[in-house]
Amino acid sequence: MSSYSLRGLRWFEALSAGASQLPGLPASVKAADARLGGKTVRLLAVVADPDNRFPRARNGEVGLLEGWGLAKAVDDAIEADRETSSKRALIAIVDVPSQAYGRREEALGIHQALAGAADSYARARLAGHPVIGLLVGKAMSGAFLAHGYQANRLIALRDPGVMVHAMGKASAARVTLRSVEELEALAASVPPMAYDIDSFASLGLLWETLSVEQIEQPSAADLARVVDCLQQAINAVTGAPRNLSSRLGAPHRAASSHVRQLLSAQW
Amino acid sequence: MTDSAALLNKHSFVELGARQRAKALLDDGTFRELLDPFQRIMSPWLLRQGVVPQSDDGVVIAKGTLDGLPVVIAAIEGAFQGGSLGEVGGAKIAGALELAAEDNRNGIPTRAVLLLETGGVRLQEANLGLAAIAEIHSAIVDLRQYQPVVGVVAGSVGCFGGMSIAAGLCSYLLVTQEARLGLNGPQVIEQEAGLDEYDSRDRPFIWSLTGGEQRFATGLVDRYAADDVPQIRQQVCQLLHLGVPAEHRSGQAELFLQRLARLDTDVQIEPAAVRQLYQGEHP
Amino acid sequence: MQTLSFEFPAGQPPRGRALVGCVGSGDLEVLIEPGAAGKLTIQVQTSVNGSEQRWQHLFARMFDGQTPPALSIDIHDFGATPGVVRLRLEQGFEEIGHD
Repeated sequence: MSSYSLRGLRWFEALSAGASQLPGLPASVKAADARLGGKTVRLLAVVADPDNRFPRARNGEVGLLEGWGLAKAVDDAIEADRETSSKRALIAIVDVPSQAYGRREEALGIHQALAGAADSYARARLAGHPVIGLLVGKAMSGAFLAHGYQANRLIALRDPGVMVHAMGKASAARVTLRSVEELEALAASVPPMAYDIDSFASLGLLWETLSVEQIEQPSAADLARVVDCLQQAINAVTGAPRNLSSRLGAPHRAASSHVRQLLSAQW
Repeated sequence: MTDSAALLNKHSFVELGARQRAKALLDDGTFRELLDPFQRIMSPWLLRQGVVPQSDDGVVIAKGTLDGLPVVIAAIEGAFQGGSLGEVGGAKIAGALELAAEDNRNGIPTRAVLLLETGGVRLQEANLGLAAIAEIHSAIVDLRQYQPVVGVVAGSVGCFGGMSIAAGLCSYLLVTQEARLGLNGPQVIEQEAGLDEYDSRDRPFIWSLTGGEQRFATGLVDRYAADDVPQIRQQVCQLLHLGVPAEHRSGQAELFLQRLARLDTDVQIEPAAVRQLYQGEHP
Repeated sequence: MQTLSFEFPAGQPPRGRALVGCVGSGDLEVLIEPGAAGKLTIQVQTSVNGSEQRWQHLFARMFDGQTPPALSIDIHDFGATPGVVRLRLEQGFEEIGHD
């Protein structure tokens, strides 16, 4: 068994069905145009590259090459569809354990690389590309901000290995001076602190959650379900606002709406 | 504090709190705070975890003019919970930027200035902080289409986590020598990667890689100012007057990939190597 | 964390309001607003448990021998020493006096 997740790669392979990959990208960034319901979509994934030139980014972390590589792959789609009103959907397959932690990363401005990716995804969405995030594994912190969190719609597979969080359990426990057990107990009573996907869904940030049979290596039935869901998400985005307003409205996120109402009234 | 010490410190920007900073930047008499502390829009999550809240949740939103230009300032109070962003503070910044973009669509050229002193997501509100930061990113990219968004990292907290990505999205960045700008805090890097990779207690080492002077020398920020209110104010003014840049720093993937391709990653990096790699080509 | 309430006899409410301090380490935030005539009420949220007597003494000493204005005071305390609390309250009172 490998020390890194292969989920992102397996789902990318299944959804792209052998479509040729976009050239000129780092080995850890996969991008390909596939057909989905008769339309072209661009699939994007960050995958582990054990030979990554940056040693702190060999297990699927989003680092310098990955941030800028994603930006390049998304910019390429924006540019290709600049003159057409039918913009291809971008599907971010999310299985990212963390951002890369290292000396080179900080020195060379990993924050700027991740900003590059977030910038491109956001610009694509504002230009009218449907951007869908498909969470098949971890979606952690800065890595998720760079790859997926700018999507119009987020879909999560229902599995204990699918989790969204600002910090891994072990690190969060160390930083808050708690044991992992204490942290888990606290998280169970505070929805935004929880690690499970149902608690995350209760915040209103997901458009859909889906169960599959074999999340590690999707079956034909799994693939059909996910493809169907992706198409529905793309349809839901068409004609809808290009901002992130669809994430507001859940009771566990009432303050986010309340603050905006007050700001608007006092503006 | 003695009178002479007070005089010497009179113009320090770093020493000011978030509200004072916003007031110091805006034209005299134009500061108008939204969701002011007396409205007590506080974190719904801290109290239930036994953490004392602050009446503005650590974020000041102020409208006014700067050199006559309409601006909204979002200032983070670094002294409260390390400047961490929770649901309310995050929504204040995202909401203000969203309204500024809406202003522009309605013909009102509102600019934004972000005063960033933050460790990033507030762990007690983890996923709601992260979600708010994604919305801040989105709103910066939206507003940037019309008017510049200027980020200021003065110190002493610095700018980290998801908000360092927000800084990377700004049209222009201004720092002081006190500032640090980076994705990951030194302690987390040391925990994750080990002491050899990153010694979180070696302050000169950390500043040499992520400090304001180095960030300016490597072109990752646009201005380097002394810790002095009039100087910082003047530079923010100039940046606002520059308008939207032809190309944002975060839109230069090809350039940065080319630079990274030239780096020898067999040896550990030195500050001088970053300067060499990143200097010279920036317009 | 602990929430405490105090009440003292007072005169008439002033017109102004004031905010001083910040919920930073060893500091506190004080919000002062006009209260109901004849009463000075103080709500304290403090990170330090078991400190009720300390707060009571501190306020009693401050208002001893005088009739303070009628105020409603909110305190968010992050472990400030009595000296810092006193300083912040005096700053707040002074600010109100200037309005």
